[in-house]
Amino acid sequence: MPVSVTSSQIVFDALKGNDVRIMSALPETWLVHLIRMAEDDPDTMLVRLAKEEEGVGISMGAHLAGVQSAMLMQNHGFLASINGIVSGAQLYRVPLLMLISYRGTFGERDPWQTEGGGLTEDILHALRIPCGHLDDPATVEHKIGEAITLANASLRPVALLLCRDLMWQDE
Amino acid sequence: MHKLRRLEALEALYPKLDDRVVVTIMGAVAAELQSIGHRPNFFYLQHAMGLASSLGLGIALSRPELKVVVFDGDGSVLMNLGGLTTSARYRPTNLIHVVFDNESLLSVGGFPTATSTGSDIAAMALAAGVPHATQAATVDEFLAAFNEASDRGVMSTIVVKVADEGPGQFVTDLGLLENRFQFARYLKG
Repeated sequence: MPVSVTSSQIVFDALKGNDVRIMSALPETWLVHLIRMAEDDPDTMLVRLAKEEEGVGISMGAHLAGVQSAMLMQNHGFLASINGIVSGAQLYRVPLLMLISYRGTFGERDPWQTEGGGLTEDILHALRIPCGHLDDPATVEHKIGEAITLANASLRPVALLLCRDLMWQDE
Repeated sequence: MHKLRRLEALEALYPKLDDRVVVTIMGAVAAELQSIGHRPNFFYLQHAMGLASSLGLGIALSRPELKVVVFDGDGSVLMNLGGLTTSARYRPTNLIHVVFDNESLLSVGGFPTATSTGSDIAAMALAAGVPHATQAATVDEFLAAFNEASDRGVMSTIVVKVADEGPGQFVTDLGLLENRFQFARYLKG
């Protein structure tokens, strides 16, 4: 499978290095190794969801309880979470750390991803959610650290887009 | 015989909430609990319907030493039925999910929900895999169910069938952010 294990490990290690103890996830192809790493790690609690929006509630509860968490999802899962993000996290000034696999943009072969792909960044901007691109293994650790710092200082959601250049290895 | 009123049920349970973390959904349950007496260990999620149970799950998983009670409504639960499967899957022993089922979306004008035409949330919780789910229709049944859930120490869903009525107004004088920061401060201990 051409999903990058080394990139997934860099992302996972950076999350752990920033005290992320709970990771909620609804799998998609690009997240498969990251989710497995969370499951295998004894110090990380992986919460597999039925729907991505639940992760907003879980992360809100974790933050209020003093625990750093992260949400792992595809960009369509972000779309599915918007009411929770706006009328939950934003209304109550609770930070979220959203790692969003960026399907449906340049290089995408699956036609069903392309409508959501075309709207992802526009909707993040419309919601005023700061958005970083993780597209180079060399800058992942630094960007994840800075995203968490901003989320906790602003008490608002922050998004990191997991890009094709980082997560996918063309064969 | 009159149908159980949500306020009666909350008043009966109130003394047991001293040492528990309470999360409520928006609407009548939030206003009524506040009318009895707000405490710093109470958090009212006044939107994001469906997510009170998820938020309670997040606290329960993060802080195994705390006892968490969620006060939810049928409308909210129906918006996040998948959440029942997640609570069941991870089944934290420190979580009790109470659903006040008035068979209606009251605060927006009283539209009947599907529990008024046969949908059974307690049965759905059991079928979702929640280890313990039951239904109550009187104060005595509610307190017995709550005590049993508490004693058994398993993740539980208790559906309380209540009358289709609520407070005169839903906006209270406790600010949303005031509540949010006081609650986080309380959890910090």
